Amino acid sequence: MTTLDAKVPAGPIQDKWTSHRFDSKLVNPANKRKYEIIIIGTGLAGASAAASFGEMGYKVRVFTYHDSPRRAHSIAAQGGINAAKNYTNDGDSIFRLFYDTVKGGDYRSREANVYRLAEVANEIIDQCTAQGVPFAREYGGLLDNRSFGGAQVSRTFYARGQTGQQLLLGAYQALARQIALGNVTLYNRSEMLEVVTHEGRAAGVVVRDMVSGEISSHSAHAVVLATGGYSNVFFLSTNAMACNTTAIWRAHRKGAHFANPCFTQIHPTCIPVHDEFQSKLTLMSESLRNDGRIWVPINPDDTRPANDIPEDERDYYLERIYPSFGNLAPRDVASRAAMRMIDENRGIGPLKNGVYLDFAEAIGRLGKDVIEARYGNLFEMYERITDEDPYVVPMRIYPAPHYTMGGLWVDYNLMTNVPGLYAIGEANFSDHGANRLGASALMQGLADGYFVLPYTIADYLVDYLNVAPVSTDHEVFKDSEREVDERMKKLLSINGMRTVDSFHRELGNIMIEHCGLARSKAGLEKALVQIPALREEFWKNVRVTGTEDSYNSELAKAARVADFFELAELMCRDALEREESCGGHFRVEHQTDEGEAQRDDVNQAHSSAWEWNGYGQAQTHIKEPLEFEYVALAQRSYK
Amino acid sequence: MDLTLKVWRQDGPGKPGEFKEYEAKGISSEASFLEMLDTVNERLVEAGDVPIEFDHDCREGICGMCGVMINGHPHGDQKGTATCQLHMRKFNDGDRIVIEPWRATGLPVVRDLIVDRSPLDRIIEAGGYISVNTGGAPDANLIPIPKPAAEASMDAAACIGCAACIAACPNSAGQLFTSAKLAHLNLLPQGQPERYKRTAAMVEKMEEFFGSCTNHGECEEACPKSISIDNIALMNRDYMMAKLKDRRKFGQR
Amino acid sequence: MTTIGRRNDTKPARKLPWIVEFYRSDVAKKWTMAVSGIILLGYIAAHMVGNLKVYLGPESINEYGHALRDLGGHLVPEEHLLWIMRIGLAFAFAIHVHAAYALTRRNLAARGKVRYDAPREYLVANYASRTMRYSGIIVLLFIVFHVSDLTIGTANPEHVSGDIYSNMVASFERVPVAVAYIVANIALGFHIFHGVWSLFQSIGANNETYNKWRRYLAWGFTAVIIGGNLSFPIAVQLGVIS
Repeated sequence: MTTLDAKVPAGPIQDKWTSHRFDSKLVNPANKRKYEIIIIGTGLAGASAAASFGEMGYKVRVFTYHDSPRRAHSIAAQGGINAAKNYTNDGDSIFRLFYDTVKGGDYRSREANVYRLAEVANEIIDQCTAQGVPFAREYGGLLDNRSFGGAQVSRTFYARGQTGQQLLLGAYQALARQIALGNVTLYNRSEMLEVVTHEGRAAGVVVRDMVSGEISSHSAHAVVLATGGYSNVFFLSTNAMACNTTAIWRAHRKGAHFANPCFTQIHPTCIPVHDEFQSKLTLMSESLRNDGRIWVPINPDDTRPANDIPEDERDYYLERIYPSFGNLAPRDVASRAAMRMIDENRGIGPLKNGVYLDFAEAIGRLGKDVIEARYGNLFEMYERITDEDPYVVPMRIYPAPHYTMGGLWVDYNLMTNVPGLYAIGEANFSDHGANRLGASALMQGLADGYFVLPYTIADYLVDYLNVAPVSTDHEVFKDSEREVDERMKKLLSINGMRTVDSFHRELGNIMIEHCGLARSKAGLEKALVQIPALREEFWKNVRVTGTEDSYNSELAKAARVADFFELAELMCRDALEREESCGGHFRVEHQTDEGEAQRDDVNQAHSSAWEWNGYGQAQTHIKEPLEFEYVALAQRSYK
Repeated sequence: MDLTLKVWRQDGPGKPGEFKEYEAKGISSEASFLEMLDTVNERLVEAGDVPIEFDHDCREGICGMCGVMINGHPHGDQKGTATCQLHMRKFNDGDRIVIEPWRATGLPVVRDLIVDRSPLDRIIEAGGYISVNTGGAPDANLIPIPKPAAEASMDAAACIGCAACIAACPNSAGQLFTSAKLAHLNLLPQGQPERYKRTAAMVEKMEEFFGSCTNHGECEEACPKSISIDNIALMNRDYMMAKLKDRRKFGQR
Repeated sequence: MTTIGRRNDTKPARKLPWIVEFYRSDVAKKWTMAVSGIILLGYIAAHMVGNLKVYLGPESINEYGHALRDLGGHLVPEEHLLWIMRIGLAFAFAIHVHAAYALTRRNLAARGKVRYDAPREYLVANYASRTMRYSGIIVLLFIVFHVSDLTIGTANPEHVSGDIYSNMVASFERVPVAVAYIVANIALGFHIFHGVWSLFQSIGANNETYNKWRRYLAWGFTAVIIGGNLSFPIAVQLGVIS
């Protein structure tokens, strides 16, 4: 059986990263230009890595399916980015950020990776400030912080409700500088459709130009996937429309292990679903829970408008159940609590599928101006979508798929088990365990891209000095090109009766019902019957119009959905095998008497990595045991 | 609600295009504008036709990917709203809606309603950054920034790069986009060392693609983030300084 | 995807004199228009105020005309300073027109051939800002006539050099001339209304505290200048001046 070597350096956790950097081999500055690196994706992780590699002197090619690197979905992150600067003098430290993140992840992440993340977080804030990211400031001119879920300190740096946008623009601008200098070549509107390996190592990628339809190969010494998460497997999620699993799934099919696919995060503060034609869900930043109070009516039959329900007939259930964290309970906890309220038929709104997020108290205490300054753009967005004024009527929110903690398995160097193939940002599984805390995704994306991968990649590259990358004329590339071309032609030739969206919607319904907020053995087994059947039907009955040699978003979408089917199956299998509840993974069979998640640290303290065995074959389950030396395993309590 | 759409269709870059009419029946007033187009497209596919191509992605009004001319208004006539945030409740049953791509020489049509906005990337590449390499940045609190300055910088930095300003401008000028990026960086202490070099480089790159500003103010009106044309004045002033100021004597100002 | 705009190789290798380099840029052309506009506005204001002397009688305004020619007193020969001012004014005027012409050509090229099908409903661009090039052309044509009518005298058979008062009366007594003058001044009004506001943007004088005053200033300046100018033909036609 394959074993996994995470290559975690020895020594005390505080010293691991420092000693690892010293022990790793280096590439001489003059030799860096002899290496070619391909980066897929230009979100926070991809853009920051591309910029950093360019600055270091590597020859970089970066690919995005958008028209510009700045469109990547990192841009939509609203709330903020964590760092243990302790500017607010509330006792924060690197160790506390590490501790909170491991605990928040329900003890299913690798301690060494998380500690490194906490360690470099401070540098990220410094770097971004130097780049001109306009973080919010106090009147004295120093940086401001706010609180986020799962932490009892204020450590979140923010730029209004547009932190992700500002951080991405910072990374994009750094990338633009390298493009202008000629160190990085940008390929826009180009979608990666295959990873190419040669002699067990990553050799390059096959890419489709979305405008001309041209399929081309690119080879390099190393390939970095920074392609984000796969929440769109649920059809309705807070991800952008184009977010997909294809890049990491294709890597998986070429031998990279996929880890913890069932660890998906359902975010508690999204605008509730209103109709069947809805195309996506919109997130309302977790930061709103700093000032908003969440409640439902005590009486399930209460149909009065929110403002007519008197105080004593409201149930501020998060404050009631989790007095010490209150409305700032972590996302998985808050989502499940909301679900319980809705299951008790106490949901609100026309479809009784939401809970209230009420700012009346905060507006009364701080004034409308303060609330507007803090959350103005979020309130405006809410108003646009729902046609309700959240300054007057409480917001309606509902849990919705948001982030995927799972992803490609990577070692301490962020390399997958395929040598030369790296995964960074949301595309890997490394730092968030079973649940991600708010304001940690931006932190991880930038940590990987700016401060981790630029060091760790040299350790691999150094052995290939003066070894030319595999020629794109080589058989392995030609075969992959042919395979991609055939896949596109096949999708166009089926000419069935159903649209891609109708399949995607059906897949999403199966997933949200059986592999969403709550999962059961019976449900997952049912899903494992339904999904392959739907996949079979897809390949017989999908209809994609248009041509291959022109801009064809239906075709692109069809290819992405085809990969979602295979991923969905693996997610269900992973969820079935993980016989415990932890973080975002809640198995109804494993809960405490109070309905909280019940972990099984004896049998399940591992990361599950899955090895591809061929189309239609079940993957092999490989376990990476998790050891906790610094954070004592405990029942997570936010009471 | 039942609508009639008049949509620009064009097969590819440089190819001839034409308007086509589509019936959009039974659209919910709760749908967003793009969801309405999704519905129309799904029906087109079901009928074996090629769907209308349009750029879109986040559908939260932040990625800047979407943007079409709706009845002569960039992003529709709701102020401060991107196309994806526009909802059908702003239209009436029986409306006829003309949907066109952005029109400007610098923004050629890629297909249907999609245009090539890469000139905006070229402008950023010309100097829209602060030249700091990764690593070695000083502590973030080392340079205090007055809150009003940070806020003004953020106001400008909110630009999503959708190009509605260019589409709205009778001269197809790229001034609002360029000046927003310049203001974002030039108003911050970190942006000072390259301030004038950046301004000259970005302005001159911009002028390779787009027209000049005649101070109409249509861009500000069209901007989904309501970015102010005051930024353009700042850019104009900085451009003059870039040309007239002896930067070797920066400390003597 | 192949994208437009990667054309770093098109930059001219030869470095031109900085003033030429500078004027090549559109932003600088706009700045030039603003600065020449300020000169022209200053002239218009002085011209109007000077002409008000017509209400004080023939001696007063003719004396004013003489004083203009005699600028500089005994320090310079007669009319030299006036000619320097006239040349400066003509230069400002010429460059104003040239920059406008060059920018218009560029803007039309940037706009491209395909126009929007749906009628563009301009929300804030007012009539004045959208008609600058037309009001400018009307004013330009009128000035040609105006100079030949009242300064050189070729367009006015009764012209007597130096007798400003009679020349003005003789000119404005002709109804078509009075009408043309009024029309041209209304066009000028639109032109300077947008110009006064716009020049602050172009030279980058922008301060949130004072910004709203730019509009008031534009209104006030336009009203005073055009009001004053329009009074002359009307006064002549009504017989107030004769």
